[in-house]
Amino acid sequence: MKQQHTIGSSVPRKEGRDKVTGQARYIDDLNFPDMLFGVTVRSPSPRGRIREIVFDSDFIPWNEFTIVTAKDIPGENSVALILLDQPYLADQFVNHAEEPILLLAHSDKYLLEDARRAVRIEIDPLPAIFSIEESLNRKEIIWGEDNVFKHFHVEKGDVDSVWEDADFIVEGEYTTGAQEQLYIENNGIIALANADDGVTVWGSMQCPYYVHKALSKLFPLPAEKIRVIQVETGGGFGGKEEYPSMIAGHAALLAWKSGRPVKIVYDRAEDMVATTKRHPSITKHRTAVSRDGKLLGMEIDFVIDGGAYATLSSVVLSRGTIHAAGPYLCSNVRIKSRAVATNTPPHGAFRGFGAPQSIFALERHMNKVAETVGLTPYEFRSRNFIRQGDMTATSQVIHEKVDMDGLMARAFELTDYHQKQKIFASQNKTSKKKRGIGFAAFMHGAGFTGSGEQYLESVVGLEATPQGRVRVLAASTEIGQGTNTIFGQIASEALGIDYELIEIARPDTGNVPNSGPTVASRTVMIVGKLVESAALGLKQTLIQSGFLKQDYATEDFQRACAQYVEKHGALKSFSKYRQPDNIRWDDEKYKGDAYGAYAWAVYVAEVTVDPVTYEVHVDDFVAVQEVGHVMHPVLAAGQIEGGVAQAIGFTLFENVVWRDGRMANNQMTNYIMPTAADIPPIRVHFEETPYALGPSGAKGIGELPMDGAAPAILNAIEHATGLGFSHVPLMPEALVNAMEGKCD
Amino acid sequence: MRWKANVTESEGKIQLSCRVNGDPRTLSVYPMARLLDVLREDLRLTGTKEGCGEGECGACTVMIDGVMVNSCLVPIAQVEGSEIKTIEGVASGEQLHRVQQAFIDCGGAQCGICTPGMVMAAINLLDQNPNPDNSEIRNGLAGNLCRCTGYIKIFESVVRACQISRA
Repeated sequence: MKQQHTIGSSVPRKEGRDKVTGQARYIDDLNFPDMLFGVTVRSPSPRGRIREIVFDSDFIPWNEFTIVTAKDIPGENSVALILLDQPYLADQFVNHAEEPILLLAHSDKYLLEDARRAVRIEIDPLPAIFSIEESLNRKEIIWGEDNVFKHFHVEKGDVDSVWEDADFIVEGEYTTGAQEQLYIENNGIIALANADDGVTVWGSMQCPYYVHKALSKLFPLPAEKIRVIQVETGGGFGGKEEYPSMIAGHAALLAWKSGRPVKIVYDRAEDMVATTKRHPSITKHRTAVSRDGKLLGMEIDFVIDGGAYATLSSVVLSRGTIHAAGPYLCSNVRIKSRAVATNTPPHGAFRGFGAPQSIFALERHMNKVAETVGLTPYEFRSRNFIRQGDMTATSQVIHEKVDMDGLMARAFELTDYHQKQKIFASQNKTSKKKRGIGFAAFMHGAGFTGSGEQYLESVVGLEATPQGRVRVLAASTEIGQGTNTIFGQIASEALGIDYELIEIARPDTGNVPNSGPTVASRTVMIVGKLVESAALGLKQTLIQSGFLKQDYATEDFQRACAQYVEKHGALKSFSKYRQPDNIRWDDEKYKGDAYGAYAWAVYVAEVTVDPVTYEVHVDDFVAVQEVGHVMHPVLAAGQIEGGVAQAIGFTLFENVVWRDGRMANNQMTNYIMPTAADIPPIRVHFEETPYALGPSGAKGIGELPMDGAAPAILNAIEHATGLGFSHVPLMPEALVNAMEGKCD
Repeated sequence: MRWKANVTESEGKIQLSCRVNGDPRTLSVYPMARLLDVLREDLRLTGTKEGCGEGECGACTVMIDGVMVNSCLVPIAQVEGSEIKTIEGVASGEQLHRVQQAFIDCGGAQCGICTPGMVMAAINLLDQNPNPDNSEIRNGLAGNLCRCTGYIKIFESVVRACQISRA
């Protein structure tokens, strides 16, 4: 075979040329003939009963508008996801500020905006709760019987037995704030809908089949009459996992009533104020340690704020819970966790999905424990790192090779960690600005948790064209991370043909099978493996048909495809996920193989703290990780660098200001994300241990880099200033208070 | 209140001439319409993107008479007689600009939504400073937000573009 190996090399991004020339078409770049624009009228109040909807202003020609309320909904008024508690349009009650109540459509989008402002929603207020504490204290019961969406309990060994004999017991409480995904392309959908043709939506999204499922409940139509098509998507990071189902439903309801295509594209302010954010969290640790620095017992209480409806909080909680004890071996672990309701817009998926919250707490706490025991942060961690054959908190035996010590040594070597520890400590005695270096050690599970992948039963197809090209049929979306390119590499490698011959079909539920959602660091490891096996199946079919010999060149393959398609009409090959036999999970006890594979990492941050301005600058960042075989070095490094930058934002910049359950700083002007001037060099290093069940040995990568930066930076700040902070985002105000002698 | 029934379609609009990517254009527009909207809606040049609408993100970056602007902040009345350059005018036919090629080679574009603006900003930077150092690159691109890349591959793209120009 003459074909070059593409896996492991940085082939050009499939859609790269369109993106750099401005030819790539995103949802707001598309217009349909006779199209209307749609807007959403939202609740001004966090909780209450809708008394009246008043159409104000004599200037608005209301009869020209399509107006949709809950009464117009043809099917079920709930956004189908896990539970059915969230309405598309609030009917009698509202449970959070900015909850959708009414939809308007008109051909003139400027008039439409005036009309939106002229609709007055009058609400009889009910008492609302806005914090985890208020929800846990049941100040008001706003959801179910106890405000709890979901709770988990992980139990390993006998935690109750450890406290009496422990040399040290270390307690700590850690909190994280909300974070906006802040994809640069706002959410948007265009819908066509009528009883004859059914419902078709085009939009910016991560998960076309989630939208399909939601629309199937909203409209009384058979599944095949609902079609969801992803168009070029300008970033997601989890923010376009579940919310597009809401917008798609709204656009489709307006289209259904008006009989015309309807486009809803949010502006930045609406996208920030109304859509999901990262769950705020509180984590409490109680840790028993021996004098020689061995973890004897870990008791962890992890609570996240889910907002007003259940949405994805149960699964976010699950991942955060499973990651809460980190890459450490401890025989006695108890993790109790809860996702609770507040009267804020529902929090949702965001890269890391609960793990950045619980890992932040753990990796700050591990430094505290180390200090209590009198060990350095790395000596203490090294004595407790999980090793091959050890059991995690969920009693999963790690069969694959894991070398946290090796990753830590590499990270320290790249940063000159030990030397800098000493130099900074010495310089800080006299220098005005204080410098520090810190690190965090962590892991991230790839794919759906536990039996999730088994339930998903993802399917991928490959289709040969008469021209001898091969098209990948999958619902996995390209959202910037490189899905199209990686699938192209995997198919090309498995088929032994040129990368350029692989096309990626547009994710369109009318045309591609359900390969599952584009989330959970699963696209390469799980779906990529299906691409590989479908490709091998396609090749086998050609060989068995006699059109292709075992040893072939790309041209032979093309000829064989053309001959096969001419004779049989089509050549397709499908592959469906089957849980490997050795992956076992008990949903009841929350025990077993939580993830098929983990990526392992040690991140080191170097900071300067300015005691005059109270600013923290990250000067250098080194990310060392083991993610299996690296499929595409440029894309892989891009994932790590982008994730670290978002995590730096999470740590030092991105502060959601809440006022009565509503984001008050919903603008890029006052919700600050890192710019090119703020980001340190991010030095990425991969150790490669091929994973037996991944395509060409790959594991998941996308979420991992979100996990480690926050604790690494706060650990570095502690080294620089001696002040141990326990909350992110860490804003200059907190530094002022702490450095002026007040408590954090 | 142009939407009131007695207002005709053209009332309140002005005639305006400018050049866009070298082509002369005569436009009938409201004087306070945003340049961004006129480019995207009237001229169907959708490569210029809207990210924030308040001059923070730079996704709508274009050049007016060689000066880089956020087109969401420019009333169209200001461009009478001007030469506007958008992302669509950067490549010469099939031949990509070296900055565009460098973005492909180095992974400077991920989701691509900030890319047109970022490419414009990078070209503007190199026009003013053909060999920027690291800090000059960072400051030169600090007006354009990217949420995917963490900027590192974008910096590498700019360095690569300098190398292409030397070659």
